[in-house]
Amino acid sequence: MKVLSRLGSLVRYTVAYAAITHCTFEYIGDFVLLHTIASSSQPKPVPCVSFTQHLSLHLCKGPSMEPTLYSDNVLLTERLSKHWRTYQPGDIVIAVSPINAGQFICKRIVAVSGDQVLTQKPIPIEAEYSGSKEGAADKKKPVMIKDYVPRGYVWIEGDNKGNSSDSRYYGPIPVGLIRSRVLCRIWPISEVTGL
Amino acid sequence: MAFRFFGKSLLYALPLGVTFLDCVGYVARVDGISMQPALNPVPDEKDYVFLLRWGTHNSQVERGDIISLISPKDPAQKIIKRVVGLQGDVVSTLGYKHEIVRVPEGHCWVEGDHTGHSMDSNTFGPVALGLMSARAVAIVWPPERWRKLENELPRRRRPIQASKNTSNYYN
Repeated sequence: MKVLSRLGSLVRYTVAYAAITHCTFEYIGDFVLLHTIASSSQPKPVPCVSFTQHLSLHLCKGPSMEPTLYSDNVLLTERLSKHWRTYQPGDIVIAVSPINAGQFICKRIVAVSGDQVLTQKPIPIEAEYSGSKEGAADKKKPVMIKDYVPRGYVWIEGDNKGNSSDSRYYGPIPVGLIRSRVLCRIWPISEVTGL
Repeated sequence: MAFRFFGKSLLYALPLGVTFLDCVGYVARVDGISMQPALNPVPDEKDYVFLLRWGTHNSQVERGDIISLISPKDPAQKIIKRVVGLQGDVVSTLGYKHEIVRVPEGHCWVEGDHTGHSMDSNTFGPVALGLMSARAVAIVWPPERWRKLENELPRRRRPIQASKNTSNYYN
């Protein structure tokens, strides 16, 4: 009987602490680990552990933030300031990847809605299906145009311009995809810096 | 004493409740006419739907599911729409800037059932699956409207070309 009641209180405390941890990480802030799985010159997918998502592994794309952040850095992020401030250019954010919902990306906001950015003109799908070969090839040629970031969207880029898949590749991302804002780096200890 | 007990139990129950709502699901009221006739068939009566969050974090959706997602235009607003196309599908649009659209990787094409009275992908284009927050499974209120929401897609709104590989091959 005593064992059962001990077990019951243990389960109760575990559930309570799991719930408190979930709420803290989900609404206040969390820790994010940027981590490489294989060291190679090629950009490899980098898993990034976000404790909010029930301690599961997530993939982060390559060394895209390299002069600022390196792999195996642990970042402290917060989710509170979005309630009273809007995202500014220069903020480093953790967002869900727009091309893979199971993956997190860590990028810097370059432009917010209303700003002008240089972007590649999208290729309409009609060009893919048009009959004449040379006409299709002509339409597929990338054209750089100036465009405004639409309302509710932000333009994100990695600091490692040559080695980052970001808004230059998939266009502006909706603000709703942004999970949290990076506050500072807390690991390694020797490189604790606010960002 | 009673006040202290109340504070303690609140401190205990609040995180539990929030975690439950976050992980399992919650009930929400549907506003607007964009999902007629499946939801809110009578304009003055609001339907309450149960939004299931359990198992939606890995973005397993199918064509015809009704999902709730964060509006790409305004992150403070949530919208409820039906999934018409998944990644790789070619869908014919209704008044979008291109007549046919291939849904990009990691995106889906959502539409309201009430064509023409809905702010959906025909306005803002394909939406990222990361914006999806929950899947609507049943109408729970009012009681005479109690029913499960079926996964159905009108034949005319089926994608022109359905992609075979709709799961993500990254993980």
